[in-house]
Amino acid sequence: MRIRHTVILFFLGSLLSYIFAAPCYSNGKLLATAGTSTIEGSGGGGMVPWAMLSGYGTKDETVSSLYSTHINLSDFTMWSYGAAVSYHDRVELSASQQTIQGKENADPISMNTFGTKVRLYGDAVYSQWPQVSIGIQYKNVLDTDAANSLEAKKNSGTDVYFSATKIWLDGLLHRNTLFNITLRNSDANQLGLLGFGGDNHHRRWLWESSAAVLINRHWAVGAEYRMKPSNLSAVKEDDWKGTFIAYFPSKQLSITFSYLQLGDVAGQRDQKGPYLSLQGAF
Amino acid sequence: MKTCRLLSFSLFLTSMMLMSGCLSPQPKDDLFKQLGSLAGIERFVDIFIREIGESKEVRPYFEDTNLDRFREKQIEHICLLSGGPCTYTGDSIVESHKGMGVNEADFNALVDTAIRAMNKAGYSVATRNRLLARIAPLRGEVMEVK
Ligand code: HEM
Repeated sequence: MRIRHTVILFFLGSLLSYIFAAPCYSNGKLLATAGTSTIEGSGGGGMVPWAMLSGYGTKDETVSSLYSTHINLSDFTMWSYGAAVSYHDRVELSASQQTIQGKENADPISMNTFGTKVRLYGDAVYSQWPQVSIGIQYKNVLDTDAANSLEAKKNSGTDVYFSATKIWLDGLLHRNTLFNITLRNSDANQLGLLGFGGDNHHRRWLWESSAAVLINRHWAVGAEYRMKPSNLSAVKEDDWKGTFIAYFPSKQLSITFSYLQLGDVAGQRDQKGPYLSLQGAF
Repeated sequence: MKTCRLLSFSLFLTSMMLMSGCLSPQPKDDLFKQLGSLAGIERFVDIFIREIGESKEVRPYFEDTNLDRFREKQIEHICLLSGGPCTYTGDSIVESHKGMGVNEADFNALVDTAIRAMNKAGYSVATRNRLLARIAPLRGEVMEVK
């Protein structure tokens, strides 16, 4: 059921973006410099939110976007879909759902994430200093059995993060080059799918980063890193890493292929696998 | 272990950033040559003006513009920006865009127009980005004056 749901949203999203794109699309930024949607629904790379708001909107524009992401790990599938609206390149609101399901045992765990991001300073391409934003993600787990049995402290939690992103037009090998650093204050276990807090640690600051190079106007390659907390002594949690290649056929559509290495996830060792994400903006 | 991996990743990123400064295969100021010297820049500006004429967003700004003058000043300016042997005889960038009320979207529309023109002029991605990077810092001078 849920898988079908995602697939439908996937196609609906791209369809909608094509239909609505032509008459009212937003022209604000250079192609590919707006990034895409993270797994938690905020604008950014695949797993790290960036300082840019989703879509190419400028100070005079409002942009909406839809995304759908599917991850095929060694012992799990994960998927996520959601929508975001960016107002006048100042505030981004996002709503999304994340689900993980073991390939052997069939009970999926889902959570909802509601995010807000506010641009505090700058323009990643044009200002001398990096663009800086602050974001909040409120998350709550819908299927709480796993979180409870692993003795997570809570079933809902809030992440707060600061992102600083800079794009150099004439960067590495004369290509547009992006660098992002995010500092996140969080107590979420595996995004929150395994609850919040635990016997090992509580809230703390975590470090995340992305680097990307635009090979040309339509293709970007890059890598991401996201430090994870490991709050639960019952199941270890490792830092996440990914390398990606993204295709931006237009300002309305982006397709991202990634290869993720997530380490130990929910008691299963060395989880890795491909990631596919599609985002439409209109 | 964790710290070690974190460290090596940040090292990787830092070195990438550093390389972006010094891996450039050409010396800093052969951009003028890359653009095809004066003849290449003249050709590019002609294409650029044609592209402006075809852009719905940008064209209206140029309705009252003397295109012969615009062409001449653009060629001089780009020649200068790219390190070529030219003197710019036009008005200052602030002065010439005063009162136009260029907003972000139209600025980017003109940049997209320039990218299309650079494409048609046959410039490589690297050459396009190098020229863009020298034009970008002037954005404030074009947009701030309303
Ligand atoms: C950083 C980006 C830009 C640079 C370096 C630049 C450069 C120039 C230069 C050198 C001139 C000739 C000045 C003269 O005649 O003395 C000029 C004129 C002009 N520019 Fe720009 N420009 C930029 C952005 C824009 C944008 C975004 C627009 C509008 C969308 C625009 C519209 C015009 C117009 C309409 C003229 C002719 C003014 C007249 O009729 O006298 N420019 N620009």
